[in-house]
Amino acid sequence: MDVNEKAKQLLEAGTVQAVAGFQTGTRGVRRPVFIRRAEDTGRLVFDPGCRHNLAQYATRTPVKRLGRLALTLRPSGIRALLQLMAERQIQEPDVLALAVDPDGQVTELATAEAMEAHLALTADPVPADDQALLDRLDRMTRAERWGFWQNELSRCIKCYACRSSCPMCYCGQCTMDCNRPQWVPPPSHGLGNLEYHMVRAMHLAGRCVRCGDCGRACPVGIPIHLLTFHTEAAVQAQFGQRAGASAKLDYALSTFRPDDQETFIR
Amino acid sequence: MTDTFEPKITAFVCNWCTYAGADLTGTSRIKYPSNVRVLRLPCTGRIDFMLLAKAFARGADGIIISGCHPNDCHYTSGNYHARRRWMVYRNLMDFMGIDTARITFSWVSAAEGAKWAELVSEVTTKLRAMGPYTEYQELALAGVE
Repeated sequence: MDVNEKAKQLLEAGTVQAVAGFQTGTRGVRRPVFIRRAEDTGRLVFDPGCRHNLAQYATRTPVKRLGRLALTLRPSGIRALLQLMAERQIQEPDVLALAVDPDGQVTELATAEAMEAHLALTADPVPADDQALLDRLDRMTRAERWGFWQNELSRCIKCYACRSSCPMCYCGQCTMDCNRPQWVPPPSHGLGNLEYHMVRAMHLAGRCVRCGDCGRACPVGIPIHLLTFHTEAAVQAQFGQRAGASAKLDYALSTFRPDDQETFIR
Repeated sequence: MTDTFEPKITAFVCNWCTYAGADLTGTSRIKYPSNVRVLRLPCTGRIDFMLLAKAFARGADGIIISGCHPNDCHYTSGNYHARRRWMVYRNLMDFMGIDTARITFSWVSAAEGAKWAELVSEVTTKLRAMGPYTEYQELALAGVE
């Protein structure tokens, strides 16, 4: 069953009140669309051009008001839904994931268990070009890495598109907007940019679902998703848990094991 | 004025172990370098990762983080949480090119006055050799608001 048939079936049966998917916009660009009536379903598409992680809409109040929502998602999006459930931002019955495989067939994942089982069977590697850049950074000396990031971050204009595009950045009041006291300098100068991206990476450590939307949203092309990819990999390597693996996962940094192994504390 | 570089070291210590330990160093009349500025916090769990970045931005050449040994936390688990946080944050700092060799993590209990003196001396010697952290300080100065 393809994505349009599935959406039509779900809306006609009243299983969901809205379907979040993609349609073709100007000049063939794929853009998100919310469909609420079965007769509107014909325009849904799902192909590699549909790059947004629609899970980021699941936490937005106007979207929640639509009722039960089905979302067409790639593995990172399903992971995001599970992580949002673990963080109690969405309820299991309120969302339904539609996993679309490469030949366009849709699998309906109505429960957290179904999503977990689907993810366990789905390969979800770091994209090859990102992995290549991560490996290159790993081989650099510390000073070279500093130079690399200073050069990249110097272009940052602090538009916060990375924050807005992130499915895990749902806080009503972000620490970046806190100005009494002013914690992170708001201007996009060297220190302000470094501190902002440091905070963003730390706040997403153990929560990043590796959709890469932040990097794609960046208007000046900074590979900022590598920061969260890296911290996520560090969490996975050190604590053996991956964000969004389960709807009942404890946040890695708000829990601990007495036998956590480090090498640097004397 | 001497010609040797004297590093500024910011020490974030917990109230219950390391602060008391540093106090013991003093009452035991053990001498250690005066390069260290001790900042007392309730617990290592209270040490927000950004405090380290702030210390560097305000001109610290090195940082010491110290608290109770695992299992000794006054609040039962603050140091365990802190340990996880440092495991991730230290990794991130290194990835961003921040010099993690300038940050020393340690557990110093209230009975380890001698260990505190030894730790501060060691870190001071090391930082004297490393020199000022100009890289970060220049970045911070370039963005004075």
